[in-house]
Amino acid sequence: MMNCREATQLMSESQERKLSLTESMSLGMHTMMCKGCHNYKQQMGTLRKITRAYAKGKNEQAEN
Amino acid sequence: MSANSNRQENTKQVKNLLADAEFLEEIRRQMIRFATLQLGDSHQAEDAVQEALIGALKNATSFGGRAALRTWIFAILKNKIADTLRHKQRVVNASSLLREEDEDEDFSELFDRKGFWQPDERPVVWGNPEGSLREAHFWRVFEACLDGLPPKQARVFMMREFIELDADEICAAVDLTTSNLHVLLHRARLRLRECLENKWYLQGEKNDELS
Repeated sequence: MMNCREATQLMSESQERKLSLTESMSLGMHTMMCKGCHNYKQQMGTLRKITRAYAKGKNEQAEN
Repeated sequence: MSANSNRQENTKQVKNLLADAEFLEEIRRQMIRFATLQLGDSHQAEDAVQEALIGALKNATSFGGRAALRTWIFAILKNKIADTLRHKQRVVNASSLLREEDEDEDFSELFDRKGFWQPDERPVVWGNPEGSLREAHFWRVFEACLDGLPPKQARVFMMREFIELDADEICAAVDLTTSNLHVLLHRARLRLRECLENKWYLQGEKNDELS
């Protein structure tokens, strides 16, 4: 089975390139069974959202 | 309308946008932040931003509104940064070599020898990521985390997520192989995620002082 180090690497790469069928299937298996990597996957989406909000100057509109 | 008067009309539109103080201030702040990260020197960053804005005014042609103009100004800024970096490289080669070594990290604190999460490093569920975006404290934590990245990782991460360049464009701009780029982005995301989790989400999402 794929380990978490490899899974996180693939989750990162999937944001730059399309994963192969084998890659996305083994990754899917892994994140289904691994809670940590399942959370990591959600967080990668969140991280992208955060950074794009930042690029749009959202931080300037935030409340203290 | 003739091509010439069309062009004048567009030029006027861009100049109007650049005369909009609020728009200009916002874009300037983003540019300076980006340029400082890329160049590691706030004076050089100011200069690059200044030149890019002047270039934008001088060559104003056709833009479909703010988003397109912003992308274009950042494209000019990226060229200025690339020029500055090429000049700089000759001077600071030795110190940038040292930096490369700093970035040769192994992440053994995150993963065990078999490559599985260390128990206390395993990612947890984040409470309210959407709500955090409205909190000024959150953004201070985020900026501190960004500043904590090794320079090269920060640079490619910002190019990818902030300016939204694709992988090929980044590789060409900073002379990296695709697999180098993947490794750098992966490390940047690992670190940023960990930093946000430790400094914000595990602090009850209301941490106001940075340790």
